[in-house]
Amino acid sequence: MKATKSQRYTAFILFFLLIFSLTSTSVYAEADSHDGHSTEFVPGDYIMHHVADAFEWHLATIGETHITVPLPIILYSKTNGWHIFMSSKFDHGKTTYKNFRIAHQGENSGKIEEVNQQGEVIGLPLNLSITKVVAGALFSVVLLLLIFVSAAKSAKRRAGQAPRGIQNTVEPIILFVRDEIAKPAIGDKKYEKFMPFLLTMFFFILLNNLMGLIPIFPFGANVTGNIAVTMSLALFTFAVTNLNGNKHYWKEIFNPDVPMWLKFPLPLMPIIELSGLITKPFVLMVRLFANMMAGHMIVTVFISLIFIFGKLMGPTAGLAISPVSIVFSLFILMLDLLVSFIQAYVFTLLSALYFGMAKAEHH
Amino acid sequence: MGFVTPDFGTLFWMTIIFGILLVILKKFAWKPILTALKDRETSIANALSSADKAREEVKDLKADHEKIIAQAKREKDIIIKEARDLKDKLLVEAKTQASSEGQKIVEAARQQIQAEKQAAISEMRNQIAELSVLVAEKVIQKELKDKASQENLVEDLLKDIKLQ
Repeated sequence: MKATKSQRYTAFILFFLLIFSLTSTSVYAEADSHDGHSTEFVPGDYIMHHVADAFEWHLATIGETHITVPLPIILYSKTNGWHIFMSSKFDHGKTTYKNFRIAHQGENSGKIEEVNQQGEVIGLPLNLSITKVVAGALFSVVLLLLIFVSAAKSAKRRAGQAPRGIQNTVEPIILFVRDEIAKPAIGDKKYEKFMPFLLTMFFFILLNNLMGLIPIFPFGANVTGNIAVTMSLALFTFAVTNLNGNKHYWKEIFNPDVPMWLKFPLPLMPIIELSGLITKPFVLMVRLFANMMAGHMIVTVFISLIFIFGKLMGPTAGLAISPVSIVFSLFILMLDLLVSFIQAYVFTLLSALYFGMAKAEHH
Repeated sequence: MGFVTPDFGTLFWMTIIFGILLVILKKFAWKPILTALKDRETSIANALSSADKAREEVKDLKADHEKIIAQAKREKDIIIKEARDLKDKLLVEAKTQASSEGQKIVEAARQQIQAEKQAAISEMRNQIAELSVLVAEKVIQKELKDKASQENLVEDLLKDIKLQ
């Protein structure tokens, strides 16, 4: 009997998922006892491990062996200066290296702390490590450069001709950003100055959102679901907005057209306007972070349902619930695919609106 | 809730990474792509507008053509009409002239005839007068031989004069 292509693919994916779930179950069933962790499957830890940042890039665990890509650790300690080494030195967080270790409990959980010879914590070093999120972002930067520099080359080579290949693929999206985001939000005359920023923002967010959905190395780092990343992006929008603020923009903040008693003696409106200045990028930061983080979390929650059922009612129940979990995860992944585009659009659109406000003339 | 507190290291690297990405993409990607897009758009817009213009021109040309043809037709009609009029006029003129000429000729002939007649009459009268004078001479010469005959004659003559 000859199976169709899609049937073969489905069978392959199901087989892969089965293997994956078996190995995962065994991992959590017999988690290592080195750092005194419980051997039980803890859904919270499992979910956090998948959505949070990490010092190494975990690929898979087979039995007791963790397969990871080590990432550079860069630390500055007040007591003994700079330290740069690979995360493999920590042996997956089990050992202390050069008086540094990854805390697993307490208020510093997940951070690198400095200990003295007796094993007492003496402080937190300045941590500039290339974590999983930073590495993921770097990889996305490489991809972005490859895509758009080649598109630009093709645009230059085929000047005046119809676009082809990668240029043809990205041009509609660039046109969308230009005609649907930048032009309406900023205005026909001033939009050009902001186009590079908006395009970079849009494609960076979009690519990282999408890459976060692919669970296989070098994808799968939850870059846009990390609050430091979204904070950095929001700070860029904040900086560009306020660096481009014209006289009218600043007047609306410090001396808006409201009755005098709202400005004097208590500068009520200026305080509200100034808080609005901070609120705008803050909202950008939280929206992108929360959306992407939530999407990733729900997927892992549905997957961990299998193990929760397995733990409570035996492996058969876990196996029985797995189709439901997979269908739900797939659904959420589809939704995330949509959300990836929407969030990239929303972040860019709101940035453009803020730029438009900063550049607006008095009417 | 460690995951909602931004990590300084990540923030630091992200700011550098995004800043560099922004600068590089701006210079090597967005500028060429956006310029190419704009150039293409303007060239397409130009091509379209010039095509429109050409179409407009063709339309104008056609209209001109038609106008010229109509004009020519009108002129032809006018010329034909003029020619016809002229012909009619000429015919009428020729006719009237011919008739008047004929009348003139007839008139002249009549006058000549009249004149000839007059001349002939007067000639005849002269000759008759001469002849009558001659006859009269002869008669007189013969008649005037006696007195009686002279008186007869005078009487006769007087009668004749009365008759006339």
